[in-house]
Amino acid sequence: MKDIKPAILLFIMFTIICGGIYPALVTGVAYALFPNQAKGSLIIDKAGKELGSSLIGQPFSDPQYLWPRPSATAEFDYNPSASGGSNSGPTNPDYLKTVAERVKALRDSGITGPIPAELVQASASRLDPHLSPQAARLQVSRIAKARGIAEATVQKLVDGATEEPQLGILGVARVNVLAVNLGLDGVR
Amino acid sequence: MSQSMGELLQILIIFVVLLALVKPLGSFMASVYLGKFTFLAPLENLLYRICGVQQDEEMGWQRYAASMLFFNLVMFVSLFALLLLQHLLPLNPQKLPPFNWQLTLNTAISFTTNTNWQNYSGEQAASYLTQMAGFGLHNFASAATGMAIVIALIRGFSRRKSSAIGNFWVDLTRGTLYILLPISIVAALLLVSQGVIQNFSPYKTVPLLQASQGRDRLELESVTIPMGPVASQEAIKELGTNGGGFFNANSSHPFENPTPLSNCLEILLILLIPVSLTYTFGYMVGNTRQGWMLLSVMLFLLFVSFALLQWAEVVGNPLVTRLGVVGANMEGKELRFGISGSSLFSVATTATSCGAVNSMHDSLTPLGGLIPLSLILLGEIVFGGVGSGLYTMLAFAIIAVFVSGLMIGRTPEYLGKKIEVKEIWMSIITILTAGVVVLILSGLAMITPSAVASMANPGAHGLSEVLYAFASMANNNGSAFAGLNANVPFYNLLGALAMTIGRYIPALAVLAMAGFLAEKKCIPPSLGTLPTDKLPFALWLALVILIVGALTFFPALALGPIVEHLSMQ
Repeated sequence: MKDIKPAILLFIMFTIICGGIYPALVTGVAYALFPNQAKGSLIIDKAGKELGSSLIGQPFSDPQYLWPRPSATAEFDYNPSASGGSNSGPTNPDYLKTVAERVKALRDSGITGPIPAELVQASASRLDPHLSPQAARLQVSRIAKARGIAEATVQKLVDGATEEPQLGILGVARVNVLAVNLGLDGVR
Repeated sequence: MSQSMGELLQILIIFVVLLALVKPLGSFMASVYLGKFTFLAPLENLLYRICGVQQDEEMGWQRYAASMLFFNLVMFVSLFALLLLQHLLPLNPQKLPPFNWQLTLNTAISFTTNTNWQNYSGEQAASYLTQMAGFGLHNFASAATGMAIVIALIRGFSRRKSSAIGNFWVDLTRGTLYILLPISIVAALLLVSQGVIQNFSPYKTVPLLQASQGRDRLELESVTIPMGPVASQEAIKELGTNGGGFFNANSSHPFENPTPLSNCLEILLILLIPVSLTYTFGYMVGNTRQGWMLLSVMLFLLFVSFALLQWAEVVGNPLVTRLGVVGANMEGKELRFGISGSSLFSVATTATSCGAVNSMHDSLTPLGGLIPLSLILLGEIVFGGVGSGLYTMLAFAIIAVFVSGLMIGRTPEYLGKKIEVKEIWMSIITILTAGVVVLILSGLAMITPSAVASMANPGAHGLSEVLYAFASMANNNGSAFAGLNANVPFYNLLGALAMTIGRYIPALAVLAMAGFLAEKKCIPPSLGTLPTDKLPFALWLALVILIVGALTFFPALALGPIVEHLSMQ
C-alpha cells in the first residue's frame, strides 16, 4: 500500500512536466523559429487580410477555377471542422455510384481520355490541398476558355504552384489548388 | 527518375536511417534502465524525493505489478474526470461541452491502455487542456509503462537467483525523462518546421475564394479552421506508439502531417523505439545477436506485408478502373505522400501498436485491408507497441523454443533459463488473450442488431469493419476501419472491456513470468542447447507466429476481406 503515494504524486509531476511544460516549451520555441508554420501556414494578402491556409483545401466548382479532389465532408465540401475520410469500402454500391457520377461530371466538363484516380476519389482528410500535375493539366483548357485567357497563362500559374518531391525523392510532385486559384483571380 | 523508383527510394531511405539508429538508441536505452546515464540526475532525484520513491529499493514481481496497476488506475481516474469536467476548466476557447459517460469510459481506458481508439472527433470534442494534460500526458505515461514492463521481463532473463525485477517508479521515470521527452521535443520542432501547427489560438475563420453552397443550400462565404498545440502531441503520439489523432483525420490531416518529409519522420518515430528495443534486449541479456535475430524476423514479416499492401493498392480497385479511371486506389489517401508513403505508414502503424493513420484503412482494397488487419491480429509482434511488442514477441520465442524442444527431444531453454510449465502458461496467456477476446466479441456483435446497424458498408466489408474494431481494441492498436459508427453503447462498453483485458492480462502474465525467470539459475549452453541466435531459429520463430495466427484467425479473415476480394473479380 505504500506504493499508492508515489502513484499519485508521480502522476501529478508527470502532468506538470509532460502535460504542461513540454507543450508550452515547444510552443515557445516554435513561435521563435517557425512562427508562420506554428500558426497554420496562413496566406496573407498585402493588406494583411487572411485568405486561408496553404495546407487546407477549399471547395471550387465554377468552371473558371481549378477543381480540387472530391470532398463531400459534413455540411459542405472541404469543411475544415469535419476532417476525415469517406470510409467507403471498395465494393460499396452507393460509393461506386458516386464515383460514376463524378466521372460523368468530368466528362461533361470536356475531359477526355483516362481520368486520374484522385479526381474521382476523396482523400483521407478530405481537406487535401493538392492535385497531381497531370490532373491539373486536364483542366487547363476549361479554365482558359471560361476566363477567355491563353492556356499558356493558366499552365504557367499551375507550374508556379507545383512543388516537386521533397529533397528530390520524398513523396510526389503536387499542385497547390488554392495557390493556383488565388493566382487566377490575381489576388496574389 | 521515374515516379515509382522515387517512391521506393523514400522507403529505402527510411530504413537506412532507422537501422543506423538501432544500435546507438538501443544501447542508450539499456544504459538508461541500468542507471548508467545520469545527466538528468538532479531532476530525477528531486522527483523521487517529492514522491517518496526509494531509488535503490528493488521490487518482486507482485509489487512491481501492483505499482503498475495503481499508476494506471490513477491515469484512468484523472482522464475520466477531465473529460467530464472539461467545460469547467481553462484552455477551452471553443467552449466544448463534456463527453457523455460511455464515451468518457471508452476514451479514458483507451488512452490509459496505449490503445488510443477514438470514438470522438478531436477538433469537435476535446479542449486544448484535454488534449495536452489529458491525451498528451497519457501518451507519455502509457508508453513509459509498456517500456517498464519489457525491461522487467529482460531483467528476468538476465538476473540469476534473484527475487527482484527492478523498481517500477524508477523505470517509469527514467523512460519518460531520458528517452520519451528529449526525442519528443526535437521531433515536435522538426514537425513544426514542416507546417504542423503549434498554438493556443481560437479556431480561425477565413474567407472562401469561391463562395460555396452547403448541403442546406445556404450560401457560405467563410469557413472555420481548427487550431491547437498539435506538434507536441503528434511527436509523442507516434514515438510512444499511441496514435490518437489531435484531429479526426489523424495523421492524414495536413496540420498533423503536412509534407512528405513530415510523413517519413512520423513513420520513423513510430518504428524507432520498438525496433531499438530489440538491441536493448540483446545488450541487457549479454548477447546482442539474440536481439538482431528477433529484429530480422520482424523485418522479414514487415517487408512481406509492405510489398503485398503496396501491390494491392497500386493495382487499384477494378470496379473503379473500369469506369475509365487510371492509377492506384486513391480513395482515403492524401496525394502528397505517394502510394508507398501511405502503404508504409499503414504497415508501420499496425505492425507496432501505434494506430495513427495517414490513409483510411476502411477504403483500402480488400487484400490491401487484409494486411493491417492481419498485422494487428498476429498480436503486434512485428515491432509492436513500445515495450508490449517485444514482450509479446519474447512470449512467442518461448513457445517456439518449447515446441522445438518437444520435437527434437531436448529440454527447452531460452537464454540460459530452463523453460518450465509456469513460463509456458504465462506465454500462452500473453499470446492468446487478445485473440480470444476478438473472436468472442466479434461473434457477439454479429448477433446483436444494434451492433450490426453500426456498419457503414454492406456485406463482407461490414464484417471486416467489426473484426478490425475488436482486433484493434483488444491489441491496443487504435486504428480503425473507421466507417463503423462505434460511438454507441455496444462498442463503447465492450470496447472498453476488450482494451482493458487486452492490455493488463498479458502485462500481468509477463511480469509474473519475469519474476519466475529471475529466480532461476543460469544453465551454461551445452551441445544439447538449441541456439536461439541463428538463422534456423529465426525461420522457425516466423513459422510459429504465422501458424498460430493462421489457425486462430483464418476463418474470420476468409469471411471478411477474402470473400470481398473474390466478389470483386
